[in-house]
Amino acid sequence: MELLDNLALGFSTALLVQNVLYCFVGVLLGTAVGVLPGIGPTATVAMLLPITFSFEPVTALIMLAGIYYGAQYGGSTTAILINLPGESSAAVTALDGHEMARQGRAGAALAAAAVGSFIAGTVATVALAVAAPPLARVALQFGPAEYFSLVLLGLIVSIALARGTALKALAMIALGVLLGTIGQDIYTGTPRFVFDQRELYGGIDFVSVAVGMFGVAEILRNLENEQTRTAVVSKVKNLWPTREDRRRIVGPILRGTGLGAALGVLPGGGHVLASFASYAVEKRISKRRQEFGRGAIEGVAGPESANNAAAQTSFIPLLTLGLPAHPVMALMVGAFIVHGITPGPNVITDEPALFWGLIASMWIGNVLLVLLNLPLIGFWVRMLRIPYQVLFPMIILFAAIGTYSLSFNAYDVYAIAFFGILGYILIKCGCEPAPLLLGFVLGPLLEENLRRALIISRGDASVFLTRPISAVLLALAVAALAVTVLPAIRRRREIVFAEEE
Amino acid sequence: MERRRSFPDVLAGGVFVLIGGAFVVGSLGYELGTPLRMGPGAFPLLVGATMAALGLAIVVKGLIAGEVVAFGPIPWRAVAVIVAAVLFFGFTVRDLGFVPTSAVTALLTTLASSRVRPLTAVAVAAGLTVAATLIFVVGLQLRIPLWGPWLGF
Repeated sequence: MELLDNLALGFSTALLVQNVLYCFVGVLLGTAVGVLPGIGPTATVAMLLPITFSFEPVTALIMLAGIYYGAQYGGSTTAILINLPGESSAAVTALDGHEMARQGRAGAALAAAAVGSFIAGTVATVALAVAAPPLARVALQFGPAEYFSLVLLGLIVSIALARGTALKALAMIALGVLLGTIGQDIYTGTPRFVFDQRELYGGIDFVSVAVGMFGVAEILRNLENEQTRTAVVSKVKNLWPTREDRRRIVGPILRGTGLGAALGVLPGGGHVLASFASYAVEKRISKRRQEFGRGAIEGVAGPESANNAAAQTSFIPLLTLGLPAHPVMALMVGAFIVHGITPGPNVITDEPALFWGLIASMWIGNVLLVLLNLPLIGFWVRMLRIPYQVLFPMIILFAAIGTYSLSFNAYDVYAIAFFGILGYILIKCGCEPAPLLLGFVLGPLLEENLRRALIISRGDASVFLTRPISAVLLALAVAALAVTVLPAIRRRREIVFAEEE
Repeated sequence: MERRRSFPDVLAGGVFVLIGGAFVVGSLGYELGTPLRMGPGAFPLLVGATMAALGLAIVVKGLIAGEVVAFGPIPWRAVAVIVAAVLFFGFTVRDLGFVPTSAVTALLTTLASSRVRPLTAVAVAAGLTVAATLIFVVGLQLRIPLWGPWLGF
């Protein structure tokens, strides 16, 4: 069995002491930022990225991945206990989870979320291990024309899942792509849009963009209305669900896992969509529909499994195609590149220990998360008492130090302030920051493949339509665009997202 | 959802038109090349024009059937203080050294909250400076001098 050999290689890598240690650090930090409102995994990964430059590549990626899926986990804890989703995908968990907590069944809700997440994480890790190698083989056949169409498709699908209007999301992608062109041109070496500043020749660092857009802008949003957080939490007891509960959560966990594993592959935040879709499915097929919203355990188990499964499978496009499905994945592309590895189909053959080690570490991370969360629940709740007045100066200071340490370039630090303000204005106007970051990371790929494809075809632009795979991908992109703009489907999206409020 | 004239839409569209237009003008200064061998200016020109067009569409839509987004207050104090703190850090860290720069940046940042008391601000700044020094310089061996040349070191 090739798969077993590969997994054995993965576990032998992931179980090295330093890898387990940093996996633990990653999920611990992830849980912490998932619990704390006002700081998300994207800003955290961006701030910690410079620190990981000195690590072994596999260790760095294991830790960064741990932050990402750990945050999905931590977000549900606060959603259940104090009705405050720390992460957007946990918003739906708050509906029934918090209701259960108010009825004194917080323990059962937390256990359902933890068990569901663990099962989903395990299944999705296997799905990732099974699906990635064949996909990578397909991707190896891709030429520049196919890559261009694929990146375009990825960018357009990402807006289908963004909130706000499609027009604004498209404009944000374009803005990201444009900002990505700053710096020396790859083919001619001409410095573009650098205003004669030597420090800008290497382009803007994506860490600065991410920290500004997701860290600083978010802090400014939170300082608009300062409120003292009141965390009134009832004591959590009876962690183990009753037999009745156990019977009721089996179906939702399995369905949520399947749904999440499938939707997680989509670019642009499939985990948020997955948890909403799972909630909708459970509500529709349940025999006790009236209980939903009043503390139905199915409404916790399903979405929690779905978002955790999606968090794992969103690594599939990253590891096989080099396409990030989420802003955190976009940062991981950067992490790969810093370590001299081009993310894409070659990773699996060139760096098998890294590829399988990362996958195996996700399963280990899920075990650690269960151990971290259920017994230590009181600790996480107490963390909510950290006042925001301590938290936000810490984020700003660490962000400044982190970006400066990238290359000891003061412009990287100035860029956080610039992108913080720009992001703040645009977010205030109803634009989502995620498409911009994806555009920024994928823009250079888009340009490089466009130009290369045209050189190969001797300037014939029809190459994108005459090559079959490229044509199919472009057709899908057009269809995705039509779907997001069509009014009937838009209305449905609005309903889905309205529930999030 | 209610649809009417929307200030945030017009503002967002305006920002997109402005930045897109700036990139278009900028890219005209570079060689455009031919489709076979696209110059450095071609791709930004294409994307910049697309973005300006999208921005224009957002402005028009905002004038007739905008998205109702609550704009809310702007925390001017926080904006000013945080920008100043970040710029200060970038400008002085090399010459003033890690410790004093971190302390001033942290202290400035705490002032962004309108509720902070002076004593709390100093305590938070001191705590964060110690924590940052321990984590980044002692723990992660970041090569920034603790005290810089401006202080005579």
